[in-house]
Amino acid sequence: MTMQPLYQALKARFPIGELTEQRPDLAFITVPREQLRGLLLHLRDQEGFTHLVLLTAVDWIEEDRFQLTYLLHDRKGARDIGLRVMLPRQAVIEGAPMESIHDLWPTAATYQRELREMFGIDFPDSPGVNEDFILEGWREIPPYRRDFDTLKYSNATFAPRPGRESQDPAQYMKAQLYPDGA
Amino acid sequence: MAYQADRSQYPSRRPDGSLDIDLSSGKYLKLWQGPQHPGITGNMSVELTVCGDEVVEGKTHVGYLHRGFEKLMERRTFIQCFPIVCRICVPEPDFNEYCYAAAVEELAGLEVPERAHWIRTLILEMGRINSYLMYLGGQAGALGQGVIGQWTTYVRDLMLDRFEELSGARIYHMFIMPGGVRDGLPDGFEQRMEETLREIESTLADVKDVMFNNAVFKKRTVGLGYIDPAIVDQYGVTGPTARAAGVAKDVRRDQPYLVYPELDFEPVVGQDSDVFTRADVRRRDLLMSVDLIRQILARMPRSGAVMAPLPNVLHWKIPFGETYIRGECSRGEYGYYLVTDGSGYPRRVNVRGPSYTHAMALLERLIVNCNIADVAALMVSLHTYPPEIER
Repeated sequence: MTMQPLYQALKARFPIGELTEQRPDLAFITVPREQLRGLLLHLRDQEGFTHLVLLTAVDWIEEDRFQLTYLLHDRKGARDIGLRVMLPRQAVIEGAPMESIHDLWPTAATYQRELREMFGIDFPDSPGVNEDFILEGWREIPPYRRDFDTLKYSNATFAPRPGRESQDPAQYMKAQLYPDGA
Repeated sequence: MAYQADRSQYPSRRPDGSLDIDLSSGKYLKLWQGPQHPGITGNMSVELTVCGDEVVEGKTHVGYLHRGFEKLMERRTFIQCFPIVCRICVPEPDFNEYCYAAAVEELAGLEVPERAHWIRTLILEMGRINSYLMYLGGQAGALGQGVIGQWTTYVRDLMLDRFEELSGARIYHMFIMPGGVRDGLPDGFEQRMEETLREIESTLADVKDVMFNNAVFKKRTVGLGYIDPAIVDQYGVTGPTARAAGVAKDVRRDQPYLVYPELDFEPVVGQDSDVFTRADVRRRDLLMSVDLIRQILARMPRSGAVMAPLPNVLHWKIPFGETYIRGECSRGEYGYYLVTDGSGYPRRVNVRGPSYTHAMALLERLIVNCNIADVAALMVSLHTYPPEIER
């Protein structure tokens, strides 16, 4: 089994990018943002990809891009397809909206709410998208972005408990193993 | 004449579809179910708006268990991630280990020895039994039958003993690591496992009599929390919850992994799609796992390597790539989406737990018009573990 026939059929209808075949039953395609909705509808209604497995983002900060991954599953064909949508990172941070797909899969609203909170990607039409999901009262930049430094935040926010000290593992083990300093 | 509910007290809808609930009218009350454990749903809460004793709206709130696993992993090497992942799901941690290990192996091009596949399958089925036993106790407990939880906890403890002699740990086993598994089976393991399985079967026969043939349990669960098979895909419903609706979704059969192609089994399917059927599907699925463990122990290779040679794990860099690995856990489809960028750290790890869809969109839909007293039974029947929602 291969994803090539499906890819060729999709390519004839939609201007899509290259195919990355990860396994015979799993492939990723980069798609232009304006083609996403049509492609999702086609895959869902015509090709049997009825199950939205996940929707998540990857922060490619060096290339100034956010990647949105829409992973769809076709149970009869036992295959998965991942659609990658690249968003300009700076524009997203400044508030450029992304289209919601909650009307295609109601569960997408939860994913979009999480993406809004964790990456700051806005889906303005998605129900409840601006409500706090996990982080109540968060004031910093969205924490799953690569430029959010967890260690710095932790050091600035939490005080170390008195009576504890950190050891360098290598030095500590050396002192344990060779107490005479040999 | 058919019963007609009095809808005059119910809220009307605003143009955007949301309910127009005026709390100052005195008709409605806000009630919080959780975040303490109501049954075994873990630390999540549902904000209920009730009218009389009937729920008109429910909103799931999570975040009580957020530890930022996905972000933590971006700062850790691939081998350092391995002891973290199991903490994402306490009652059934092994799926995290398997999905993470399989994703790393695929992207790093590691070949796992045959014997390790058998041991992995064994561990996943043992974990499934543990998870189901905990569920059965919780489901009965949510309806006031405390004794079932005591029985299932006893046999679950026996299974934890088997885990302890296999891996040295009862809860977080950390046994399935990238490259294979940590060790083979100890001497006499098969014999002791057989004794445990017999004890589980005997307890389940009692559970069937006391729980499933109980008039109160039937009366309260038959017809409660109906899930239309038509919305199974729309709401991302998987696992026993989907199978109870007559949709034979089972990753072990649909996209077989590990040694499932070599095992003889058929997915357990129900029809009525209510709380009773979901409980019954899980009970039968548990018995199927008992059978699968017997098949595995009878057929697995007794010798051979259990670990592939790993590169120096302190300097282990994995080429650029992305993949998704799924498995059928006791609650549905569990999956890991792993993205690597050629460095020694994952670029992104995304955990797809079945509770993410079941406890949010699906529960909020099912809970409407439910009686307050039935909410706990409904929540438990979706078998959700909140840590996998908030990772």
